[in-house]
Amino acid sequence: MLRKRIIPCLDVRNGTVVKGVNFVGLREMGDPTAHARYYNDEGADELVILDITASREERRSMVHVVESVADALSIPLTVGGGIRSANDVRDMLNAGADRVSLNTAMVQRPDLIQEAADHFGSQCVVAAIDARKRADAPGWEVFIYGGHEPTGRDAVAWACEVEERGAGEILLTSMDRDGTQIGYDIPLLQALTAKVRIPVIASGGAGTLEHFAEGLLEGGASAVLAASLFHTRALTIPDLKSYLRTQGVPVR
Amino acid sequence: MITVVDYGMGNLRSVRRALQNLGRDVLITPDPAKVRDASVLILPGVGAFGEAIRRIDGLGLRAPILDHVEHGRPLLGICLGMQLLFPVSEESPGVEGLSLFPGRVMRFRGSLPVPHVGWNDATPVRSSPLFDKQGGCFYFVHSYYVETSTTTVATTTYGETFACAVQSENVFGVQFHPEKSQNDGLALLRRFCEETGA
Repeated sequence: MLRKRIIPCLDVRNGTVVKGVNFVGLREMGDPTAHARYYNDEGADELVILDITASREERRSMVHVVESVADALSIPLTVGGGIRSANDVRDMLNAGADRVSLNTAMVQRPDLIQEAADHFGSQCVVAAIDARKRADAPGWEVFIYGGHEPTGRDAVAWACEVEERGAGEILLTSMDRDGTQIGYDIPLLQALTAKVRIPVIASGGAGTLEHFAEGLLEGGASAVLAASLFHTRALTIPDLKSYLRTQGVPVR
Repeated sequence: MITVVDYGMGNLRSVRRALQNLGRDVLITPDPAKVRDASVLILPGVGAFGEAIRRIDGLGLRAPILDHVEHGRPLLGICLGMQLLFPVSEESPGVEGLSLFPGRVMRFRGSLPVPHVGWNDATPVRSSPLFDKQGGCFYFVHSYYVETSTTTVATTTYGETFACAVQSENVFGVQFHPEKSQNDGLALLRRFCEETGA
């Protein structure tokens, strides 16, 4: 039986793991490779690294981070942040990534999704969507540039479009919930998973064991992602998997 | 020495690292002569069936791969590399695969999410050097699958029950990624190496 996946996420800036709340207020949390080795041994099912480095100059160092992290892993690695072209995708795959996640660049130039899927296969392309609940209307709006810029796009419609264009999975982050530890945005997850056929990774808001079960069982997610909750060891992956088994969730 | 065919598709770094962790020397090459002369060959791959075959043909690798097998030397196809061992795929109609096995590569239908992404069970259906009796849990990521047939040595169920591992004499294939499947994956690669003297 296909297992639900538990995915730790490393947000990396200038070679260091960082974490913020609601996409701001970053604090440093250590060496990415050390985190990767820990999660590999803890039974994580996959790892995501997102490069949140601001400038293109500094971004070059990300290749070395990916190489080092990939060499520490015997589980799959997804890499995102600043990927703007098929060549960028190739660089990350050559550095040891199995999949790449696209975000800002695919909103600005949606053809990028199909280019990446044509070259490397849909299974390689994870569409990252950062969404915030609209204040004045129903639905959720897509944001880019790490949550700094609204796009006017509806998150559910955009999810359908990225699937149509060849994405193989969606990494859905609720900006309202990110870093708050009050639970995944279940209505957002339900709205998306009802409309797309590709798997969806839930991100943003996990704070308790129950939140993970909600994301998987109620939200319809295929995988659940969290960052600081795991980094601080507030919750361990073996404990989480034991709990999920008691809730009838198939885990490895 | 294990030779990994590099036709420009896939994460070869993790295949190399896994084999090196088992103490094997690894050569990654797109060179047809080196592929032809290899003692043990691994055909990895992610991406589309048609694009992979176009690259293999473009690099002049089809004949060397087939010669290698013809001479009775071992070949292991991984993920798309397993699908390429078959003659046709629904993914790329009209493109001729390596045709080392009879059978078809089909797209997942039904209501489950596609691609099939994540960890799933490989259940042995007949004895093979690749598995012990229990099989194992492996990482999959694919939208197309190989139908079960006489060459199937293990199956996985995801809506359909499909061939997750195939073997006929010196030719092996696995749909999952052993190089990304922790202990079960390393154990499978170790068995392959020991069986083939790699």
